[in-house]
Amino acid sequence: MSRLVVENLARSFGGVHAVRGVSFRLEAGELLALIGPNGAGKTTCFNLLNGQLRPDSGSIRLDGAELVGLEPSRIWSLGVGRTFQITATFASMTVRENVQMVLLSRHRRLLGLWRPAARQFRDEAQAVLERVGMGGQAERPCGVLAYGDLKRVELAMAIAGAPKLLLMDEPTAGMAPGERQELMALTDSLAHEQGMAVLFTEHDMDVVFGHADRVIVLDRGQLIAEGAPDAVRADPRVQAVYLGNAA
Amino acid sequence: MDFYLVQFLSGLAQAATLFLVASGLSIIFGVTRIVNFAHGSFYMLGAYLAWTFVERWGSDVLGFWGGVLLAALLVGALGAVMEVLLLRRLYRSPELFQLLATFGVVLLVQDAAFGVWGPEDLLGRRAPLLKGTVDILGRPFPLYDLVLIALGPAVLGLLWLLFNRTRWGTLVRAATQDREMTAALGVDQARLFTGVLFLGSALAGLGGALQVPREAVNLHMDMAMVVEAFVVVVVGGMGSLPGAFLASLLIGQLQAFGILVFPQITLVLVFLFMAVVLVLRPYGLLGRKEEAPPPAAAAGPPFAPTGRRAGLAALAALAALAAVPLLAGEYALIVLTEVAILALAAASLHLLVGFGGLVSFGHAAYFGLGAYGAALLVKHVAAPMPLALLGAPVLAGAAALIAGWFCVRRSGLYFAMLTLAFAQIAWSITFQWYGVTGGDNGILGVWPPAWAASRAVYYEVTLALVAAALWALRRAAFAPFGYTLRAGRDSPLRAEAVGIDVRRHQWLGFALAGTAAGLAGGLYAFAKGSVFPTLLAVPQSVDALVMVLMGGIQTVAGPVVGAAAFHLLRTTLMASEHWRVILGLVIVALVLLFPQGIAGFARRLWNRGAEA
Repeated sequence: MSRLVVENLARSFGGVHAVRGVSFRLEAGELLALIGPNGAGKTTCFNLLNGQLRPDSGSIRLDGAELVGLEPSRIWSLGVGRTFQITATFASMTVRENVQMVLLSRHRRLLGLWRPAARQFRDEAQAVLERVGMGGQAERPCGVLAYGDLKRVELAMAIAGAPKLLLMDEPTAGMAPGERQELMALTDSLAHEQGMAVLFTEHDMDVVFGHADRVIVLDRGQLIAEGAPDAVRADPRVQAVYLGNAA
Repeated sequence: MDFYLVQFLSGLAQAATLFLVASGLSIIFGVTRIVNFAHGSFYMLGAYLAWTFVERWGSDVLGFWGGVLLAALLVGALGAVMEVLLLRRLYRSPELFQLLATFGVVLLVQDAAFGVWGPEDLLGRRAPLLKGTVDILGRPFPLYDLVLIALGPAVLGLLWLLFNRTRWGTLVRAATQDREMTAALGVDQARLFTGVLFLGSALAGLGGALQVPREAVNLHMDMAMVVEAFVVVVVGGMGSLPGAFLASLLIGQLQAFGILVFPQITLVLVFLFMAVVLVLRPYGLLGRKEEAPPPAAAAGPPFAPTGRRAGLAALAALAALAAVPLLAGEYALIVLTEVAILALAAASLHLLVGFGGLVSFGHAAYFGLGAYGAALLVKHVAAPMPLALLGAPVLAGAAALIAGWFCVRRSGLYFAMLTLAFAQIAWSITFQWYGVTGGDNGILGVWPPAWAASRAVYYEVTLALVAAALWALRRAAFAPFGYTLRAGRDSPLRAEAVGIDVRRHQWLGFALAGTAAGLAGGLYAFAKGSVFPTLLAVPQSVDALVMVLMGGIQTVAGPVVGAAAFHLLRTTLMASEHWRVILGLVIVALVLLFPQGIAGFARRLWNRGAEA
């Protein structure tokens, strides 16, 4: 059974069909890139997958369980983690506390009234931060970090939840080229080690073709191509979308 | 039938006044995004000014209507002055600061009105040519009210023309929709905003001026009206004029007929109506979803982790406070007992405001319900003090659980307005349910038993309970519970995406804060020996916010320091006739000059010293 099965997903805003009839599958341990020009519906797709938006129709099943209609917090607890295109972290907390929040949530300790939060799951949080190369900045407030570092904190928060499916919206946007390859290589090895499925959107084609196992292409809300990176790159419809019909 | 028609018409007359005031509030909010507490004060000023002018010139038609119009224009000018001197500096501040600053203006205006017109109710002259009544199906109806009824739609029409047929109106509409974009297109924002404040305030002044022939002018008109106008604007949809008109009509009728059906709970009815509307239609009847609701309180820097030294300092302070009865007299003990109680109340509010980013404008409700809980247990079942002190937080906590369920459904301003609404509901229950609560007379004779009757013993009891509660609140704030509240404030999006049910958690936080405030209220009842509905009133809620702000939102010691400073200041000033002016100026100064509060200021000095 596939880890994620998306069937006939559709969502419109007013008269605009942001996403229509989108279907795809994703296997455990696989990195799937979702690409497409600006406004193709990538972020809408993500927001549908993690429950921030409700689809007009269609179905999303994670290991056979239907996710449509559930609250984001519930979808997370079923195993869907995500990073945001515009980073979203807890700015008034330190880097480590950000990760500790995720661990507290995962272990259902959020209602604790007595033991200080900063002393719980400290070593586990530190280990996750070491893994993404943020161990040295664990004590810094999240509000003062450089953008690339924030992206790595987001990754740390996502994997601290031990997700079955990780959604990454533009994980490397705003990073230096070297940093990009590093972050994706890390994601790559995490996915394959832990059997985690990863769906990511990305504008940097080097990142996409260097790291994705498979690519799907979205244009004006519809899937127009799917396949191995090289096959997709050679697809004339994809080239038309990206370069215009003149190409 | 005839009776209902007359009732319907007086509902319409009430609706017209409501609409005048609420439309002004709505226009100001639409453009500046500031909820102007002082709007009710402008309404009151309009009434007072018109009373003076009408007394002097109002014997003929021209003099009367000229006086009304002049009053409205003068009030409009005052609104413009407030924009230039105060609001202009606050457009980028958190909402909490804006609300408090305009509340400072409320106090200033109250004191000025008191100084000029005195404390007595003033009965105005009736409008010339409109003194009589007309028969409507055989029942008399005041002619003047018919004029008011016609005025509502007329003003709506004129405003529509202004906003749709003039360049200035188009700019105002553009600014209402997208402030940044309008500024980017080169519109002179400062002048536009001053003009909007003039128009909005003049409408409030007109609404007030028109009341002179109908009812006595007094110093309580401001709060009563501004709260009702809030309800109208929130029900109609923030910034929507047709919405305000529709809501005025509905609420006018609700009041006119509600008094026939439920005379005991007319006040509750209006707020209940608002709560229901907000739950069903979150942005009001004709309101639109806000693109990005402004944050209620800034996230700010992280709370400084307090080390062993701070803990020791707190213990030393506690020991010193416990030793005070050895030295101090009765009066000092009374004041210190009150300071301790208020510190707990402020700390409970700080849990919501400082950690959860939830600005409650009705926190006094839970303090007051705690006080009433204790007093009722003593009065009706002769409960001993320990049981009454247990009952206080239970009642307040239960009420907070109910109100919180509604309130946390909305965020930002709407949250503030919903908490205000529930506080008004609680207040009107204590005020109107005469048989149980004694209404305005309150409940007297709530004294501690013989063993705790001396000031010193009751002080020690209070100190012990407050210290324990403060410690528990502090633990909770730094335990996962408090961190989760902060997470929901910092980034609701991220919080939901890591499995936090933000709304549910805020609900629990609201209940916890209400419970702690209830304990403070219970202690207060025994300290004073009596309870009154004013304990739950809006000014009490604002006092609590001022304490939190005075101490500093971003520090844990803030609320305690703020409660002490505020209460000592107030006790010193109470002797002065002009304490409202001074308090108002203190609030404005705090907001403009010391937004980080006393404890925040001290911490900054400390840090600067440490770096040097």
